[in-house]
Amino acid sequence: MTAPLVNPLRDPRDRRLPRIAGPCTLVVYGVTGDLARKKIMPAIYDLANRGLLPPSFALVGFARPDFESQDFGQIAHDSVRDHARTEFREDVWQQLSEGFRFIRGDFDDGAAFDSLSTVLSDLEVDRGTLGNIAHYLSIPPRFFSVVVEQLERCGLSRSPHGAWRRVVIEKPFGHDLASAQVLNAVVDSVFTTESVFRIDHYLGKETVQNMLAIRFANNLYEPIWNGNYVDHVQITMAEDIGIGSRAGYYDGIGATRDVMQNHLLQLLALTAMEEPVSFEAESVRREKEKLLSSVSLPRRLELHTARGQYAEGWQGGLPVVGYLQEPGVPATSHTETYAAIRVDVNTRRWAGVPFYLRTGKRLGRRVTEVAVVFKKAPHQPFAAGDVSEMSNNTLVFRVQPDEGMTVRFGSKVPGTALELRDVTMDFQYGDSFTEASPEAYERLILDVLLGDPPLFPHHREVEMAWEILDPVLEHWATHGRPEQYASGGWGPQASYEMLARDGRHWRRP
Amino acid sequence: MIRLDETTGNSVATAIADERRRMGSSATGMVLTLLVLASEETQADAVQAASLAAREHPMRILVFVARTGREPAHLDAEISVGGDQGPGELAVLRLHGKLAHHAGSVAIPLLLPDTPVVAWWPGTAPEDLADDPIGRHAVRRITDASAVTRPMRSLDVRQRGYQPGDTDLAWTRLTPWRSILAAAFDQPVGPVISIEVVCESSNASGPLLASWLHSQLGAPVRSFSAKAPGISEVRIVGELGEIAINRADGVKATLSRTGRSPATVALPRRSLAELLAEELRRLDPDEIYAEALMGLPAVAPATRPQAKPTTARPSRRTS
Repeated sequence: MTAPLVNPLRDPRDRRLPRIAGPCTLVVYGVTGDLARKKIMPAIYDLANRGLLPPSFALVGFARPDFESQDFGQIAHDSVRDHARTEFREDVWQQLSEGFRFIRGDFDDGAAFDSLSTVLSDLEVDRGTLGNIAHYLSIPPRFFSVVVEQLERCGLSRSPHGAWRRVVIEKPFGHDLASAQVLNAVVDSVFTTESVFRIDHYLGKETVQNMLAIRFANNLYEPIWNGNYVDHVQITMAEDIGIGSRAGYYDGIGATRDVMQNHLLQLLALTAMEEPVSFEAESVRREKEKLLSSVSLPRRLELHTARGQYAEGWQGGLPVVGYLQEPGVPATSHTETYAAIRVDVNTRRWAGVPFYLRTGKRLGRRVTEVAVVFKKAPHQPFAAGDVSEMSNNTLVFRVQPDEGMTVRFGSKVPGTALELRDVTMDFQYGDSFTEASPEAYERLILDVLLGDPPLFPHHREVEMAWEILDPVLEHWATHGRPEQYASGGWGPQASYEMLARDGRHWRRP
Repeated sequence: MIRLDETTGNSVATAIADERRRMGSSATGMVLTLLVLASEETQADAVQAASLAAREHPMRILVFVARTGREPAHLDAEISVGGDQGPGELAVLRLHGKLAHHAGSVAIPLLLPDTPVVAWWPGTAPEDLADDPIGRHAVRRITDASAVTRPMRSLDVRQRGYQPGDTDLAWTRLTPWRSILAAAFDQPVGPVISIEVVCESSNASGPLLASWLHSQLGAPVRSFSAKAPGISEVRIVGELGEIAINRADGVKATLSRTGRSPATVALPRRSLAELLAEELRRLDPDEIYAEALMGLPAVAPATRPQAKPTTARPSRRTS
């Protein structure tokens, strides 16, 4: 950790000055990859353009040599120009790109890491990065151990003189509990626990952070946020696209490991957890872990889970192929592209309130939301026919698209008869605050550079999430195969039956 | 756009609500009401800047144009809601004759319920902002010392009449400078020995920057005027090293630090809309601005009558 250096120009009352990262170098491994080009590089430019990176910022790209011998500056320039959120400005680019360096080498090539080491010490002198380094492993997890070993060998994982070292890793964090533990052991063997940042880009979204603000900054919601008033909760992440060209990554992984293990269980934790003592990373994490430790699966998994594979068909007016016909997917694949499960939270607050999680590809539209469905009023003074069109009151956090919140309640239909119908009240981020809501990656990269960890899942959370899901994955592996579901719809028949058994139904998101 | 001649504040409010209803959207997303006190000369630029800022802060923009004269008192209004202007609501209100002295009575029915009110004078502003018929409704009062003919005198006026909630765009313009300087101080510079600020003689931001540095670093400041546009140089000498930002051509800035290669830094001159958008992000009193404003006499530039002997070198310097 850095020795506390008091900066006389940073007055805590001075709230105009943005939180700027301190001097540092970001090393991106796999810099020519898709994620680096589409998300990481543009996010870094956007941060620079918003004035949130220090003049002493440097970026080192590390990539394997099998890529076309293209100029790194050019790759970076093009990816920024094509994908940056903010306007491209030559002066900002100039300032940023003066700190760019590029290393070409295999991840087990000791010489490449030696030259990385040299470049980093040169930057320390030349750019004034103070020897602070963040390693961003934008590479497949199978390379983690070789890269981490090389970093340790070159002394890049621990710092001799009070500078900080951080490592950033992306999902998947393993494919079950055992593999997650192995992966965590590899990373933790070299880096300290506090310096490992696991990126779950959902947690960088404004709405997800706003869930905490809505729940704990207001007095309006907390009193009804429990089993006395809540009937059940539905957490949905639907994608309208198929797997595209990612068969190599996706087949064998599936929707549960790809999405449910991280995004949906994190959303569950934020929706259901108790109020943290403070918003310090440690306090929030403790509440999330407490919540995850109280989650249990139903005893009879075949009745309370559903899975499927999208079938050939039409979606939004276009013909699409089924999962088994996607290039690279074996015709016998059992990988699920849709998964739905029921979990229960065994706490006083949530006893008897089921949480339904579902995620899938090639569904009706792209949407992520958390819907808290309330119980019906215990007594209706209105005639049965008058309220027949009214359903349960619902509060929906829309994570994407149209970040915001919707409240659904009954209201009188204009006219002489007393008839009630559902209406919605809407809060849209884009309306009340700005079109310029930063990308999740901007927020998260800045947090890494600032060393601010509340938005990053800890390895214990990751392992607990696997503990919850492993029984489901084992059950599915030994029982039958995924059901085919129509592309462009809302999932397999089994998912509807699963809710119907509980006397409920899925919301159309 | 809707034109209402010889109308009242209440009719304008109704017309905006009707227009909203016709478009099928409600005004619940509006975060504040912006009152712009403009003249015929300043209103066009102000309307454009406010409309752009409304993309970040959806708001009701009420532009008051005083047309004092001998004609009978009456109100003419032009209203536009949504559309190309961005998500906000805009009403340009021309106050003729005696009505020009009673702008408050027009404003009150038009203020959005429960949301903050901000007043902005894009050109000349009254001496006592908080006691102004319009200013007294506002939690935040924005002036622009750089937009008037005698910026230095305007700063004096702002300093004498300061009330919490006042702010000035001459200060807002400094945020990029201040953040780069603050970032440069992330590395130890040691106790500061001297500070120099070079800027155009009529630039209102320069003295504020000098005063801010003086109050935060506690070292003597010398200010020089130059012909280069805006602020052209800041140099801070500490016991462990020196930091300098040079922007002699007004476009490209270079940051030099002892023992480091000089680096290009982005110090773009920002548009009025960007400045206004920054100003609307926080509506609580800006204490740092207040301190910089109050400290102005201590850093009066060398070419002006001196309040303190910290301004030793009376030479004019161009860069």
